[in-house]
Amino acid sequence: MRNLLSIEDLSRQDIERILARASSFAQVSGREIKKVPTLRGRTVINLFYESSTRTSSSFELAAKRLSADLVSIKAQGSSVDKGESLRDTVQTLSAYDPAAIVIRSPYAGAAALVASWTTASVINAGDGKHEHPTQALLDLYTLRARRGDLEGLRVWIVGDVLHSRVARSNILAFTRMGCAVTVCGPPTLIPRDIATLGCEVRFSLDGIEEADVVYALRMQRERMTGSYVPSLREYAARFQIDGRRLAPHQLLMHPGPVNRGVELAAEVIDSPQALIVRQVESGVVVRMAVLYELLAGGLSPLPASRGIRTEPQPA
Amino acid sequence: MSPHTLLEHRRGHTADLLVRRARLLDPRAGIDEPGDLLLRAGEVAEIGPPGSLEGPDGAEVVEGEGLHAFPAFVDPHVHLRTPGREDEEDIETGTRAAAAGGFCAILAMPNTDPVVDSADLVRALRERAREEARVPTGFLAAVTVGERGEQLTEMGELADAGALGFTDDGRPVANAGVLRQALRYQRMVGLTLALHEEDPALSRDGAMHEGAVSAQLGVAGIPSISESTTIARDAAIAAYEDARIHIQHVSARESVAAIEQAKQAGVRITCEATPHHLTLTDEAVRTLDTNFKMNPPLRSEEDRRALIDGLRSGVVDCVATDHAPHAREEKEEPFEVAPMGVIGLETAFAALHTLLVEPGLISLPLLVERMTAGGAPFGLAAPTLAPGSPANVCLVDLGAEWEVGEAGYESRSSNCCFAGRRLRGRVRMTVAAGGVVYRERSFAIGAVR
Repeated sequence: MRNLLSIEDLSRQDIERILARASSFAQVSGREIKKVPTLRGRTVINLFYESSTRTSSSFELAAKRLSADLVSIKAQGSSVDKGESLRDTVQTLSAYDPAAIVIRSPYAGAAALVASWTTASVINAGDGKHEHPTQALLDLYTLRARRGDLEGLRVWIVGDVLHSRVARSNILAFTRMGCAVTVCGPPTLIPRDIATLGCEVRFSLDGIEEADVVYALRMQRERMTGSYVPSLREYAARFQIDGRRLAPHQLLMHPGPVNRGVELAAEVIDSPQALIVRQVESGVVVRMAVLYELLAGGLSPLPASRGIRTEPQPA
Repeated sequence: MSPHTLLEHRRGHTADLLVRRARLLDPRAGIDEPGDLLLRAGEVAEIGPPGSLEGPDGAEVVEGEGLHAFPAFVDPHVHLRTPGREDEEDIETGTRAAAAGGFCAILAMPNTDPVVDSADLVRALRERAREEARVPTGFLAAVTVGERGEQLTEMGELADAGALGFTDDGRPVANAGVLRQALRYQRMVGLTLALHEEDPALSRDGAMHEGAVSAQLGVAGIPSISESTTIARDAAIAAYEDARIHIQHVSARESVAAIEQAKQAGVRITCEATPHHLTLTDEAVRTLDTNFKMNPPLRSEEDRRALIDGLRSGVVDCVATDHAPHAREEKEEPFEVAPMGVIGLETAFAALHTLLVEPGLISLPLLVERMTAGGAPFGLAAPTLAPGSPANVCLVDLGAEWEVGEAGYESRSSNCCFAGRRLRGRVRMTVAAGGVVYRERSFAIGAVR
C-alpha cells in the first residue's frame, strides 16, 4: 500500500493489519522511552491547510516516535499565503525527498491530487467534507479495545452528517468491519442519497436504544446561518445526547472537539461510557501504524538507498 | 437587416471545390445520397450523381469516397475569453477550434472581462473578428450591466452595434423583475434572450450534481430543481410578456419536462443541450477530475436519457458546446475550487457520433439536423447543401478513430472532458462562408491518402 487516501481503498484485512500493528505500538507507548527506530533518516511532512489540533499533533508524535525527521507546515505564514498553488507547494516539498506527506485540506480530493504529483506516500488527514480515514481507523481501534469483535454491532452516527468527513469515513469503516450503521440527524444535515453508502437513515432519535454505540458528530455553530437548523436550542432539544437518552449499555464516541451543551450534555461526556479521551489516545498509535504500513510495511518495497551510488559489478 | 450580416470573419478567397463521390447528407433539404458536390463563388453550385460533375478550371478536386458531406455545424454557445483572458482563448484560436470541429458559425458569450455590455465593445469585437476569426462569429451582449443582474444594458444601442442577442450566461438573471423588464424591452429591440438557468439560493456553493455521488464524495450538490424551477418561472414570464427566450445548456430531466410543457402551451421558447450532458453522467465526477466540472453539472443517467429523448422529439432544438476554455493552472486545483467549464468544439461531433449514433440512441441525420440548428433561435438560417445556398460544408470520415488530445488541441486550452478517449468520426475539411477554413493534416493538399 502506497497511500492512504480513503477508507474505500482498504479491505477488512488491511484494516485488521493496521489495527494489530497499532496494538503492538501501544505496548511501546507504555514504556519509559517511547521511540522506535523504524523510520530513522526518513522525512515526514505534515502539510495542514486547515487548523487542527489533535490530528496534526498526533501525526507529529507518531512520526517522532518512529524516529522520522518531521517538517510541519501550516498554511498560515507559509508560501501558500503568498499564493503558491497546491501543486507548486507539493513539488517544492517533494524536492526534500520526503517518505510521506500528510495532508489536511478544506477540499475533497486534495490528497489524491497530491498523490498524483509526488512519489512520496500520501496520507489523507482530512480532505474537505469527503474523508478522514485515520480518524475512522482510530475509532475502530478504540472501539475494539473496549468491545473486542465489532461484527454485528449497531452504530448510530448522530448529527451533522452533511458537513462531516468523519461521518463518511466511519460509515465505510464500520460497515467494512461488519457493523450495522444508522445515520441520524435533521433532514437538512443528512445528504440526499447517503443511504447509497450502505447505512440506514433516521430523522429522530426514536429507536436509538437499539444502538450499541452512539457516535455523535460536532455541530458547528455557523450552520445556523445557512438555515440548516433554526437554532442550536432546537437542535439540542431533538438530537443532543444526554444522560436520559444514553442507556447504560451504550458506548459514546465523538471525534472532538466537543461543543458541550450542544451535541453532548456534560454528564455523558464525563461518564464511563464515553470513549472520547480514549479516541485521542488511540490517535498516536494508529497513525504510527499507518506510517509503518505505508513506509515500512510488508507490501511496500524496501526503502531505496539514496545518495549512494553503487559501483557496477565487474562482468 | 439580416442577422447573417452581423456574423464577422476574416474574408479569404472563396474556394472552387469539387467533392466527388461523397455521401451527401442534409436532412433538412431531404438530401441523403451518394453524389458529387460543387462549390463555386461561395455557393453550393450544383449537386449530382456520383461521378457526374466536372470541376471548372482551377477547381480543387477532393475524392470523397468514404466521406460524408454535411452542412457545416452552428454553435450558439462558445466562450472566446476575449477580451480579458486571451491566455485561455482568443478569437483566432477559438474559431480555429470551431473550424476543426466542422463548425461554420459560432456565437460568442459576453461574460468576458470586461463584460460585453457596451456598444463600443461589440463594435470592437466585430472588428477583431473581421481580422482574426476563421469562421463567421456573432456576439451576444449582456442583459444586465456587468452581468450583475440589476440594471439593463442599453439593449437598443447594443442591437444597433450588431449584437445578435442577449444573455448573462455564466449567471442567471436571478431577479424575476429584472428579467421581466428585459423581456418587455425586447418588444422594441427584438433579439432573443438566451438564459442560463439556475437559482443561486438552490445552487448555493454546489460544485456537482446533487445525488448519490455527491453524497458519497462529500461535495456540495447543485440540485436539478435549481435549473428546472427557474426555467418554469422564466417560461411563465415569457408567456405573459409574449417574449422569445432560448434556454442554454439544459441538463435535468425536470427541465426537459418544463420546456416541453411550455412549448405545448405555445410559449416562444427553444433550448440547447451540450455534448457532455448528452454523453456523460455524474459517475464521471467520482475521480474528482476537474475536467468533469462544469455548470450546469453532469447529472444522472435518467437526466441524460431525458436529454436524448428531448433531442429526438425536438423538445431540445439544437446542440451547443458551451466551449469554455480554462487555464491549466486553474484546472489543476482541487475540484471544489477549480473553475467550471470544459472545451468542446473539436470533439462535439465525434463524441455524439460515437456515444449516441453508433449505439443506436439517435440517427445520424438527426444528429446532423441538431448540430446545424443552433443559429435558428437567433434568426440565422441553417446551413444547407441545397444548390444556390452559401457554401457551408464539412467533410467527415465517420470510421476514422482518434484519441482526443493525442495531437493537442486547436484551442489554446486543453480542459476537455473527452481527453484520452477514443472517438470515431473525424472532420477532414470544413468550408465556411465559401472558404476552406480547415483541413485535417492527413487531408492537406498533396497529402498521400
